[in-house]
Amino acid sequence: MRGLIRSFVTTGATFLRKPVTREYPETHRELPERDRAFPLLLWDQQIDEPFCTGCHACERACPVECMTVLMKDNPNHTSQGGTSSRRKIIDKFWIDYGRCMRCNICVEVCNFDAIGMNNTWSGHESSAVDRLDLVMDLQQLLSQSRAGAVKPWIAP
Amino acid sequence: MTSILLPASHEFETQDIFVNMGPQHPSTHGVFRMVLEIDGEVVRDVLPYIGYLHRGAEKLCETMDYRQGIGFMDRTEYLAAFNAELSYVMAVEALAGIDVPERAQWIRMILCELNRLSSHFMFLGAFGVDVGVLGTSFTYAFRERENIFDLFEEICGDRMMYAYFRVGGLAWEVTDNFVTRVNQVLGMARQGIADLDGLLTQNEIFQARTRGIGHIPAADAIDWGMSGPSLRASGVALDVRRDEPYLFYPQVKFDVITGTNGDVYDRYLCRLREMHESIKIVEQCLQNLQPGPIVPERMSRLLRTPPGEVYIRTEAPRGEYGVYMVSNGGNRPWRCKVRSACLSNLQALRDMTVGHYVSDAVLILGSIDIVLSEVDR
Repeated sequence: MRGLIRSFVTTGATFLRKPVTREYPETHRELPERDRAFPLLLWDQQIDEPFCTGCHACERACPVECMTVLMKDNPNHTSQGGTSSRRKIIDKFWIDYGRCMRCNICVEVCNFDAIGMNNTWSGHESSAVDRLDLVMDLQQLLSQSRAGAVKPWIAP
Repeated sequence: MTSILLPASHEFETQDIFVNMGPQHPSTHGVFRMVLEIDGEVVRDVLPYIGYLHRGAEKLCETMDYRQGIGFMDRTEYLAAFNAELSYVMAVEALAGIDVPERAQWIRMILCELNRLSSHFMFLGAFGVDVGVLGTSFTYAFRERENIFDLFEEICGDRMMYAYFRVGGLAWEVTDNFVTRVNQVLGMARQGIADLDGLLTQNEIFQARTRGIGHIPAADAIDWGMSGPSLRASGVALDVRRDEPYLFYPQVKFDVITGTNGDVYDRYLCRLREMHESIKIVEQCLQNLQPGPIVPERMSRLLRTPPGEVYIRTEAPRGEYGVYMVSNGGNRPWRCKVRSACLSNLQALRDMTVGHYVSDAVLILGSIDIVLSEVDR
Protein backbone atom coordinates (compact mmCIF):
# COMPACT_ATOMS: atom_id res chain seq x y z
CA MET A 1 0.00 0.00 0.00
CA ARG A 2 2.84 2.39 0.76
CA GLY A 3 4.20 2.02 -2.75
CA LEU A 4 0.85 2.82 -4.28
CA ILE A 5 0.51 5.93 -2.17
CA ARG A 6 3.98 7.01 -3.21
CA SER A 7 2.97 6.61 -6.85
CA PHE A 8 -0.07 8.78 -6.31
CA VAL A 9 2.04 11.40 -4.55
CA THR A 10 4.35 11.47 -7.57
CA THR A 11 1.54 11.91 -10.07
CA GLY A 12 -0.09 14.51 -7.80
CA ALA A 13 3.12 16.51 -7.58
CA THR A 14 3.55 16.38 -11.34
CA PHE A 15 -0.03 17.52 -11.82
CA LEU A 16 0.81 20.77 -10.05
CA ARG A 17 3.90 21.48 -12.14
CA LYS A 18 3.97 23.77 -15.12
CA PRO A 19 3.18 21.98 -18.39
CA VAL A 20 6.06 21.36 -20.75
CA THR A 21 3.97 20.72 -23.84
CA ARG A 22 3.15 23.20 -26.57
CA GLU A 23 0.26 23.62 -28.96
CA TYR A 24 2.54 22.61 -31.79
CA PRO A 25 1.22 23.86 -35.10
CA GLU A 26 0.22 27.18 -33.53
CA THR A 27 3.31 27.83 -31.43
CA HIS A 28 6.83 26.85 -32.34
CA ARG A 29 9.80 26.24 -30.14
CA GLU A 30 12.75 28.50 -30.83
CA LEU A 31 15.35 26.50 -32.68
CA PRO A 32 19.01 26.67 -31.68
CA GLU A 33 21.42 28.30 -34.09
CA ARG A 34 23.07 25.03 -35.02
CA ASP A 35 19.86 23.24 -35.84
CA ARG A 36 20.15 21.07 -38.93
CA ALA A 37 17.22 20.60 -41.23
CA PHE A 38 17.89 20.21 -44.94
CA PRO A 39 20.72 21.72 -46.98
CA LEU A 40 20.21 25.01 -48.76
CA LEU A 41 22.34 26.98 -51.18
CA LEU A 42 23.46 30.41 -50.08
CA TRP A 43 23.27 33.67 -51.94
CA ASP A 44 26.12 36.13 -52.20
CA GLN A 45 24.26 39.38 -51.51
CA GLN A 46 27.21 41.60 -52.44
CA ILE A 47 27.61 40.40 -56.01
CA ASP A 48 24.04 39.15 -56.30
CA GLU A 49 24.77 35.61 -57.40
CA PRO A 50 25.09 32.22 -55.68
CA PHE A 51 28.26 31.38 -53.78
CA CYS A 52 28.23 27.97 -55.41
CA THR A 53 30.62 27.39 -58.30
CA GLY A 54 29.38 23.92 -59.07
CA CYS A 55 32.63 22.21 -58.10
CA HIS A 56 30.97 18.84 -57.34
CA ALA A 57 32.70 18.51 -53.96
CA CYS A 58 29.43 18.04 -52.09
CA GLU A 59 28.05 15.75 -54.74
CA ARG A 60 31.06 13.44 -54.42
CA ALA A 61 31.06 13.48 -50.64
CA CYS A 62 27.35 12.82 -50.19
CA PRO A 63 26.87 9.37 -48.67
CA VAL A 64 23.39 8.90 -50.10
CA GLU A 65 23.99 10.55 -53.48
CA CYS A 66 21.07 12.92 -53.18
CA MET A 67 22.67 15.76 -55.14
CA THR A 68 23.04 16.52 -58.81
CA VAL A 69 25.26 19.43 -59.81
CA LEU A 70 25.91 21.06 -63.18
CA MET A 71 28.21 24.05 -63.65
CA LYS A 72 28.54 26.67 -66.37
CA ASP A 73 30.77 29.61 -67.28
CA ASN A 74 29.84 32.65 -65.28
CA PRO A 75 28.38 35.33 -67.58
CA ASN A 76 28.99 37.87 -64.83
CA HIS A 77 32.76 37.20 -64.64
CA THR A 78 35.11 40.17 -64.86
CA SER A 79 36.54 38.89 -68.16
CA GLN A 80 33.03 39.17 -69.60
CA GLY A 81 32.68 42.69 -68.27
CA GLY A 82 30.87 41.61 -65.13
CA THR A 83 31.59 42.14 -61.46
CA SER A 84 32.16 38.62 -60.19
CA SER A 85 35.46 36.91 -59.57
CA ARG A 86 33.89 33.47 -60.04
CA ARG A 87 34.94 31.97 -63.35
CA LYS A 88 32.46 29.12 -63.07
CA ILE A 89 29.07 29.21 -61.48
CA ILE A 90 26.27 26.82 -60.68
CA ASP A 91 23.94 26.10 -63.55
CA LYS A 92 21.59 23.45 -62.26
CA PHE A 93 21.37 21.91 -58.82
CA TRP A 94 18.98 19.34 -57.49
CA ILE A 95 18.82 17.98 -53.96
CA ASP A 96 16.45 15.14 -53.25
CA TYR A 97 15.20 15.90 -49.74
CA GLY A 98 13.64 12.47 -49.66
CA ARG A 99 17.08 10.88 -49.84
CA CYS A 100 19.07 13.38 -47.78
CA MET A 101 20.08 12.07 -44.36
CA ARG A 102 21.18 15.46 -43.01
CA CYS A 103 24.69 14.38 -42.08
CA ASN A 104 26.22 17.83 -42.65
CA ILE A 105 29.07 16.40 -44.75
CA CYS A 106 28.22 18.59 -47.76
CA VAL A 107 28.58 21.68 -45.58
CA GLU A 108 31.93 20.47 -44.28
CA VAL A 109 33.47 19.74 -47.67
CA CYS A 110 32.30 22.95 -49.32
CA ASN A 111 35.26 25.23 -50.00
CA PHE A 112 33.15 28.32 -50.66
CA ASP A 113 30.67 28.13 -47.74
CA ALA A 114 28.06 27.95 -50.43
CA ILE A 115 25.83 25.34 -48.84
CA GLY A 116 24.37 25.35 -45.38
CA MET A 117 21.82 23.53 -43.28
CA ASN A 118 18.49 25.27 -42.93
CA ASN A 119 18.09 26.17 -39.26
CA THR A 120 14.55 27.48 -39.40
CA TRP A 121 11.20 25.75 -39.09
CA SER A 122 10.72 25.95 -42.85
CA GLY A 123 13.28 23.19 -43.15
CA HIS A 124 11.54 20.89 -40.72
CA GLU A 125 8.03 21.38 -42.01
CA SER A 126 8.70 20.36 -45.56
CA SER A 127 6.32 17.48 -46.06
CA ALA A 128 4.95 16.85 -49.52
CA VAL A 129 2.22 14.74 -51.04
CA ASP A 130 4.33 13.49 -53.90
CA ARG A 131 7.85 12.19 -53.51
CA LEU A 132 8.97 14.14 -56.56
CA ASP A 133 7.96 17.36 -54.84
CA LEU A 134 10.86 16.77 -52.46
CA VAL A 135 13.40 17.13 -55.24
CA MET A 136 14.43 20.74 -54.94
CA ASP A 137 15.81 22.65 -57.89
CA LEU A 138 18.24 25.57 -57.87
CA GLN A 139 15.52 28.18 -57.59
CA GLN A 140 13.95 26.55 -54.55
CA LEU A 141 17.30 25.97 -52.89
CA LEU A 142 18.40 29.58 -53.27
CA SER A 143 15.19 31.51 -52.66
CA GLN A 144 15.29 31.51 -48.85
CA SER A 145 18.87 32.68 -48.61
CA ARG A 146 18.31 35.24 -51.35
CA ALA A 147 15.43 36.72 -49.44
CA GLY A 148 17.57 36.77 -46.30
CA ALA A 149 15.20 34.42 -44.46
CA VAL A 150 17.86 31.96 -43.30
CA LYS A 151 21.37 32.39 -41.99
CA PRO A 152 22.75 28.85 -41.62
CA TRP A 153 25.39 28.12 -39.04
CA ILE A 154 28.56 26.85 -40.67
CA ALA A 155 31.14 25.27 -38.41
CA PRO A 156 34.37 27.27 -38.33
CA MET B 1 -35.46 -29.62 -27.34
CA THR B 2 -31.94 -30.87 -27.78
CA SER B 3 -29.28 -29.35 -25.66
CA ILE B 4 -26.47 -27.53 -27.38
CA LEU B 5 -24.20 -28.44 -24.50
CA LEU B 6 -22.06 -31.47 -25.04
CA PRO B 7 -22.53 -34.36 -22.65
CA ALA B 8 -20.24 -34.26 -19.67
CA SER B 9 -18.64 -37.53 -20.63
CA HIS B 10 -17.31 -36.07 -23.89
CA GLU B 11 -13.56 -35.60 -23.86
CA PHE B 12 -12.33 -32.40 -25.40
CA GLU B 13 -9.52 -32.64 -27.83
CA THR B 14 -7.49 -29.53 -27.10
CA GLN B 15 -4.44 -28.32 -28.89
CA ASP B 16 -2.03 -25.43 -28.61
CA ILE B 17 -2.83 -22.42 -30.70
CA PHE B 18 -0.42 -20.07 -32.39
CA VAL B 19 -0.72 -16.36 -31.82
CA ASN B 20 1.15 -14.00 -34.06
CA MET B 21 2.49 -10.94 -32.27
CA GLY B 22 3.85 -8.18 -34.40
CA PRO B 23 5.41 -6.90 -36.56
CA GLN B 24 3.13 -3.92 -36.08
CA HIS B 25 2.29 -4.62 -32.48
CA PRO B 26 3.09 -1.53 -30.41
CA SER B 27 4.58 -3.46 -27.52
CA THR B 28 7.21 -5.14 -29.68
CA HIS B 29 9.13 -1.82 -29.64
CA GLY B 30 9.55 -1.69 -33.36
CA VAL B 31 9.08 -4.21 -36.09
CA PHE B 32 9.62 -7.50 -34.36
CA ARG B 33 7.40 -10.50 -34.87
CA MET B 34 7.10 -13.42 -32.54
CA VAL B 35 4.85 -16.40 -32.97
CA LEU B 36 3.67 -17.62 -29.58
CA GLU B 37 2.52 -21.17 -29.16
CA ILE B 38 0.08 -20.89 -26.30
CA ASP B 39 -1.74 -23.39 -24.21
CA GLY B 40 -4.59 -21.47 -22.70
CA GLU B 41 -2.74 -18.41 -21.50
CA VAL B 42 0.61 -20.02 -20.95
CA VAL B 43 3.35 -19.64 -23.52
CA ARG B 44 4.74 -23.00 -24.62
CA ASP B 45 7.09 -21.83 -27.32
CA VAL B 46 8.33 -18.64 -28.90
CA LEU B 47 9.44 -18.29 -32.47
CA PRO B 48 10.95 -14.88 -33.14
CA TYR B 49 11.23 -13.42 -36.62
CA ILE B 50 13.66 -10.60 -37.18
CA GLY B 51 14.80 -8.72 -40.24
CA TYR B 52 11.93 -6.33 -40.88
CA LEU B 53 14.22 -3.37 -40.31
CA HIS B 54 17.24 -4.70 -42.11
CA ARG B 55 18.85 -1.92 -44.13
CA GLY B 56 22.20 -3.46 -44.78
CA ALA B 57 24.15 -0.82 -42.89
CA GLU B 58 27.21 -3.07 -42.65
CA LYS B 59 27.32 -3.61 -46.39
CA LEU B 60 26.64 0.07 -47.06
CA CYS B 61 29.61 0.98 -44.87
CA GLU B 62 31.88 -0.94 -47.26
CA THR B 63 30.95 1.46 -50.04
CA MET B 64 31.40 4.58 -47.92
CA ASP B 65 34.57 6.25 -46.82
CA TYR B 66 35.21 6.54 -43.11
CA ARG B 67 33.47 9.83 -42.61
CA GLN B 68 30.40 8.86 -44.59
CA GLY B 69 29.94 5.69 -42.57
CA ILE B 70 29.35 7.63 -39.36
CA GLY B 71 25.88 8.62 -40.46
CA PHE B 72 24.93 5.03 -41.01
CA MET B 73 26.20 3.99 -37.60
CA ASP B 74 23.79 6.52 -36.08
CA ARG B 75 20.97 4.65 -37.68
CA THR B 76 22.02 1.24 -36.43
CA GLU B 77 21.13 2.33 -32.94
CA TYR B 78 18.87 5.30 -33.00
CA LEU B 79 18.24 5.52 -29.27
CA ALA B 80 21.92 5.80 -28.40
CA ALA B 81 23.51 7.06 -31.57
CA PHE B 82 26.52 8.59 -29.82
CA ASN B 83 27.54 5.20 -28.45
CA ALA B 84 27.24 3.61 -31.87
CA GLU B 85 29.27 6.38 -33.47
CA LEU B 86 31.88 6.04 -30.76
CA SER B 87 32.56 2.39 -31.50
CA TYR B 88 32.87 3.11 -35.19
CA VAL B 89 35.23 6.07 -34.93
CA MET B 90 37.31 4.31 -32.29
CA ALA B 91 37.71 1.34 -34.61
CA VAL B 92 38.93 3.60 -37.41
CA GLU B 93 41.23 5.46 -35.01
CA ALA B 94 42.71 2.16 -33.85
CA LEU B 95 43.29 1.10 -37.45
CA ALA B 96 44.85 4.37 -38.50
CA GLY B 97 46.73 4.92 -35.23
CA ILE B 98 45.27 8.33 -34.49
CA ASP B 99 45.59 9.88 -31.06
CA VAL B 100 42.50 11.76 -30.03
CA PRO B 101 42.99 15.01 -28.08
CA GLU B 102 42.01 14.92 -24.43
CA ARG B 103 39.23 17.47 -24.66
CA ALA B 104 37.55 15.53 -27.46
CA GLN B 105 37.66 12.36 -25.39
CA TRP B 106 36.10 14.01 -22.34
CA ILE B 107 33.35 15.50 -24.45
CA ARG B 108 32.75 12.13 -26.06
CA MET B 109 32.39 10.60 -22.63
CA ILE B 110 29.93 13.24 -21.49
CA LEU B 111 27.81 12.89 -24.59
CA CYS B 112 27.83 9.09 -24.45
CA GLU B 113 26.75 9.04 -20.84
CA LEU B 114 24.02 11.61 -21.48
CA ASN B 115 22.92 9.44 -24.37
CA ARG B 116 22.81 6.48 -22.00
CA LEU B 117 20.57 8.53 -19.74
CA SER B 118 18.21 9.40 -22.57
CA SER B 119 18.15 5.80 -23.73
CA HIS B 120 17.36 4.50 -20.26
CA PHE B 121 14.64 7.13 -19.91
CA MET B 122 13.15 5.70 -23.05
CA PHE B 123 13.33 2.25 -21.50
CA LEU B 124 11.68 3.34 -18.26
CA GLY B 125 8.88 5.04 -20.13
CA ALA B 126 8.23 2.22 -22.54
CA PHE B 127 8.58 -0.41 -19.85
CA GLY B 128 5.99 1.35 -17.74
CA VAL B 129 3.60 1.18 -20.67
CA ASP B 130 4.33 -2.53 -21.05
CA VAL B 131 3.49 -3.09 -17.42
CA GLY B 132 0.31 -1.10 -17.76
CA VAL B 133 0.96 2.36 -16.40
CA LEU B 134 -0.96 3.63 -19.43
CA GLY B 135 1.32 6.35 -20.65
CA THR B 136 2.04 8.16 -17.41
CA SER B 137 5.59 6.85 -17.22
CA PHE B 138 5.94 7.46 -20.94
CA THR B 139 5.16 11.16 -20.67
CA TYR B 140 7.38 11.55 -17.60
CA ALA B 141 10.28 9.86 -19.32
CA PHE B 142 9.84 11.76 -22.54
CA ARG B 143 9.75 15.06 -20.71
CA GLU B 144 13.24 14.39 -19.34
CA ARG B 145 14.46 12.88 -22.56
CA GLU B 146 13.47 16.05 -24.38
CA ASN B 147 15.75 18.09 -22.11
CA ILE B 148 18.70 15.93 -23.04
CA PHE B 149 17.79 16.09 -26.72
CA ASP B 150 17.51 19.87 -26.54
CA LEU B 151 21.09 19.95 -25.29
CA PHE B 152 22.23 17.65 -28.08
CA GLU B 153 20.46 19.82 -30.60
CA GLU B 154 22.23 22.92 -29.33
CA ILE B 155 25.58 21.18 -29.66
CA CYS B 156 25.33 19.25 -32.88
CA GLY B 157 22.15 20.38 -34.52
CA ASP B 158 20.18 17.17 -34.51
CA ARG B 159 18.10 15.41 -31.94
CA MET B 160 18.70 11.79 -32.79
CA MET B 161 21.02 11.32 -35.77
CA TYR B 162 23.92 13.35 -34.49
CA ALA B 163 26.77 12.60 -36.93
CA TYR B 164 28.94 14.61 -34.54
CA PHE B 165 31.92 12.37 -33.77
CA ARG B 166 34.63 12.33 -36.37
CA VAL B 167 37.62 10.11 -36.85
CA GLY B 168 40.20 11.88 -34.69
CA GLY B 169 37.86 13.94 -32.59
CA LEU B 170 34.70 15.94 -32.99
CA ALA B 171 33.12 17.70 -35.93
CA TRP B 172 33.10 21.09 -34.25
CA GLU B 173 33.46 22.72 -30.87
CA VAL B 174 30.66 22.52 -28.34
CA THR B 175 28.69 25.61 -27.41
CA ASP B 176 30.18 28.18 -25.02
CA ASN B 177 27.65 27.49 -22.28
CA PHE B 178 28.18 23.73 -22.52
CA VAL B 179 29.13 23.13 -18.88
CA THR B 180 26.26 25.13 -17.42
CA ARG B 181 23.78 23.52 -19.79
CA VAL B 182 25.00 20.01 -18.94
CA ASN B 183 24.68 20.76 -15.23
CA GLN B 184 21.19 22.10 -15.83
CA VAL B 185 20.21 18.97 -17.76
CA LEU B 186 21.67 16.73 -15.05
CA GLY B 187 19.56 18.48 -12.43
CA MET B 188 16.44 17.92 -14.47
CA ALA B 189 17.41 14.32 -15.13
CA ARG B 190 17.81 13.70 -11.40
CA GLN B 191 14.32 15.01 -10.84
CA GLY B 192 13.03 12.82 -13.65
CA ILE B 193 14.66 9.69 -12.26
CA ALA B 194 13.17 10.45 -8.85
CA ASP B 195 9.74 10.84 -10.46
CA LEU B 196 9.92 7.54 -12.28
CA ASP B 197 11.41 5.86 -9.25
CA GLY B 198 8.55 7.11 -7.15
CA LEU B 199 5.98 6.14 -9.73
CA LEU B 200 7.15 2.60 -10.35
CA THR B 201 9.76 1.02 -8.11
CA GLN B 202 7.82 0.51 -4.90
CA ASN B 203 4.41 0.29 -6.46
CA GLU B 204 2.91 -3.01 -5.32
CA ILE B 205 1.07 -3.62 -8.58
CA PHE B 206 4.25 -2.99 -10.53
CA GLN B 207 6.18 -5.37 -8.32
CA ALA B 208 3.53 -8.05 -8.57
CA ARG B 209 3.72 -7.81 -12.33
CA THR B 210 7.49 -7.88 -12.62
CA ARG B 211 9.01 -9.88 -9.77
CA GLY B 212 9.94 -13.47 -10.52
CA ILE B 213 9.10 -13.17 -14.19
CA GLY B 214 11.48 -13.80 -17.07
CA HIS B 215 14.08 -15.21 -14.77
CA ILE B 216 17.38 -16.17 -16.37
CA PRO B 217 20.28 -17.57 -14.32
CA ALA B 218 23.74 -16.08 -14.66
CA ALA B 219 25.18 -19.16 -16.38
CA ASP B 220 22.46 -19.19 -19.03
CA ALA B 221 22.79 -15.46 -19.58
CA ILE B 222 26.50 -15.85 -20.22
CA ASP B 223 25.88 -18.79 -22.53
CA TRP B 224 23.46 -16.79 -24.62
CA GLY B 225 26.02 -14.01 -24.95
CA MET B 226 23.96 -11.42 -23.16
CA SER B 227 25.59 -8.20 -22.09
CA GLY B 228 24.83 -4.87 -20.55
CA PRO B 229 22.18 -4.32 -17.88
CA SER B 230 20.33 -7.47 -18.96
CA LEU B 231 23.34 -9.56 -17.99
CA ARG B 232 24.25 -7.54 -14.91
CA ALA B 233 20.75 -8.06 -13.56
CA SER B 234 21.59 -11.76 -13.36
CA GLY B 235 24.49 -10.95 -11.07
CA VAL B 236 27.39 -10.92 -13.51
CA ALA B 237 29.40 -7.77 -13.00
CA LEU B 238 30.55 -7.33 -16.57
CA ASP B 239 30.94 -3.78 -17.75
CA VAL B 240 33.19 -2.96 -20.68
CA ARG B 241 33.74 0.50 -19.24
CA ARG B 242 35.45 -1.04 -16.24
CA ASP B 243 36.82 -4.32 -17.58
CA GLU B 244 38.26 -3.11 -20.85
CA PRO B 245 38.43 0.64 -20.38
CA TYR B 246 38.33 3.05 -23.25
CA LEU B 247 38.34 6.85 -23.33
CA PHE B 248 39.04 8.11 -19.77
CA TYR B 249 36.85 5.66 -17.90
CA PRO B 250 39.72 4.50 -15.65
CA GLN B 251 39.96 8.06 -14.34
CA VAL B 252 36.38 8.31 -13.16
CA LYS B 253 34.82 6.52 -10.25
CA PHE B 254 31.60 4.64 -10.76
CA ASP B 255 29.98 1.45 -9.54
CA VAL B 256 28.97 -1.45 -11.71
CA ILE B 257 25.36 -2.09 -10.78
CA THR B 258 24.35 -5.71 -10.53
CA GLY B 259 21.13 -7.46 -9.67
CA THR B 260 20.61 -10.74 -7.91
CA ASN B 261 17.61 -12.58 -9.33
CA GLY B 262 17.88 -11.88 -13.03
CA ASP B 263 14.17 -11.32 -13.40
CA VAL B 264 12.32 -8.50 -15.09
CA TYR B 265 12.25 -6.39 -11.93
CA ASP B 266 16.02 -6.65 -11.53
CA ARG B 267 16.61 -5.65 -15.09
CA TYR B 268 14.43 -2.61 -14.52
CA LEU B 269 16.14 -1.76 -11.25
CA CYS B 270 19.58 -2.23 -12.76
CA ARG B 271 18.87 0.36 -15.43
CA LEU B 272 17.33 2.77 -12.98
CA ARG B 273 20.32 2.63 -10.66
CA GLU B 274 22.74 2.79 -13.57
CA MET B 275 21.36 6.19 -14.47
CA HIS B 276 22.66 7.58 -11.19
CA GLU B 277 26.09 6.22 -12.08
CA SER B 278 25.90 7.95 -15.45
CA ILE B 279 25.16 11.23 -13.74
CA LYS B 280 28.15 10.65 -11.46
CA ILE B 281 30.40 10.00 -14.47
CA VAL B 282 29.24 13.13 -16.29
CA GLU B 283 29.89 15.26 -13.20
CA GLN B 284 33.44 13.96 -12.93
CA CYS B 285 33.99 14.53 -16.65
CA LEU B 286 32.89 18.13 -16.33
CA GLN B 287 35.51 18.70 -13.63
CA ASN B 288 38.22 17.31 -15.88
CA LEU B 289 37.19 19.22 -18.97
CA GLN B 290 39.99 21.54 -20.07
CA PRO B 291 40.18 23.87 -23.06
CA GLY B 292 42.19 22.52 -25.95
CA PRO B 293 42.00 21.23 -29.48
CA ILE B 294 39.22 18.85 -30.49
CA VAL B 295 40.93 17.35 -33.53
CA PRO B 296 44.57 16.24 -33.89
CA GLU B 297 46.84 18.86 -35.42
CA ARG B 298 48.13 16.69 -38.23
CA MET B 299 45.06 15.11 -39.72
CA SER B 300 44.98 14.38 -43.41
CA ARG B 301 41.78 15.31 -45.19
CA LEU B 302 41.71 12.06 -47.11
CA LEU B 303 41.97 9.37 -44.50
CA ARG B 304 43.52 6.07 -45.47
CA THR B 305 44.11 3.25 -43.04
CA PRO B 306 46.87 0.68 -43.25
CA PRO B 307 45.75 -2.91 -43.89
CA GLY B 308 44.68 -4.67 -40.74
CA GLU B 309 41.77 -5.67 -38.63
CA VAL B 310 40.48 -4.46 -35.31
CA TYR B 311 37.64 -5.18 -32.93
CA ILE B 312 36.56 -2.34 -30.67
CA ARG B 313 33.85 -2.78 -28.11
CA THR B 314 32.18 -0.18 -25.98
CA GLU B 315 29.46 -0.24 -23.40
CA ALA B 316 26.30 1.01 -25.07
CA PRO B 317 23.12 1.39 -23.00
CA ARG B 318 21.92 -2.02 -24.07
CA GLY B 319 25.25 -3.79 -23.70
CA GLU B 320 28.38 -4.42 -25.62
CA TYR B 321 28.38 -2.59 -28.92
CA GLY B 322 31.33 -3.77 -30.95
CA VAL B 323 32.66 -2.89 -34.38
CA TYR B 324 34.90 -5.35 -36.17
CA MET B 325 36.63 -3.59 -38.99
CA VAL B 326 38.92 -4.94 -41.67
CA SER B 327 40.85 -2.56 -43.85
CA ASN B 328 42.79 -3.43 -46.99
CA GLY B 329 44.56 -0.12 -47.16
CA GLY B 330 41.93 2.00 -48.83
CA ASN B 331 39.86 4.91 -47.66
CA ARG B 332 36.92 2.70 -46.80
CA PRO B 333 36.50 -0.40 -44.67
CA TRP B 334 36.73 -3.72 -46.44
CA ARG B 335 34.40 -5.17 -43.86
CA CYS B 336 32.55 -3.47 -41.06
CA LYS B 337 30.75 -5.89 -38.80
CA VAL B 338 28.59 -4.56 -36.02
CA ARG B 339 28.16 -6.68 -32.93
CA SER B 340 25.01 -5.38 -31.36
CA ALA B 341 23.96 -6.18 -27.84
CA CYS B 342 20.28 -6.41 -28.67
CA LEU B 343 20.65 -9.32 -31.07
CA SER B 344 22.51 -11.37 -28.47
CA ASN B 345 20.14 -10.40 -25.70
CA LEU B 346 17.22 -11.40 -27.86
CA GLN B 347 18.56 -14.95 -28.16
CA ALA B 348 17.61 -15.56 -24.56
CA LEU B 349 13.99 -14.54 -25.19
CA ARG B 350 12.74 -18.11 -25.55
CA ASP B 351 14.41 -19.24 -22.33
CA MET B 352 12.90 -16.34 -20.46
CA THR B 353 9.40 -16.46 -21.90
CA VAL B 354 8.45 -20.14 -21.99
CA GLY B 355 6.18 -21.04 -19.10
CA HIS B 356 4.89 -17.53 -18.49
CA TYR B 357 1.63 -15.90 -19.46
CA VAL B 358 1.11 -14.11 -22.76
CA SER B 359 0.79 -10.77 -21.02
CA ASP B 360 4.17 -11.38 -19.40
CA ALA B 361 5.76 -12.09 -22.78
CA VAL B 362 5.30 -8.39 -23.56
CA LEU B 363 7.01 -7.48 -20.31
CA ILE B 364 9.93 -9.81 -20.85
CA LEU B 365 10.51 -8.50 -24.34
CA GLY B 366 10.36 -4.96 -23.00
CA SER B 367 12.73 -5.74 -20.15
CA ILE B 368 15.65 -6.49 -22.44
CA ASP B 369 15.17 -3.00 -23.90
CA ILE B 370 15.02 -4.13 -27.47
CA VAL B 371 15.82 -1.75 -30.30
CA LEU B 372 15.06 -3.35 -33.62
CA SER B 373 17.32 -1.11 -35.64
CA GLU B 374 20.18 -2.60 -33.67
CA VAL B 375 18.98 -6.18 -34.10
CA ASP B 376 18.54 -5.99 -37.85
CA ARG B 377 21.01 -3.27 -38.73
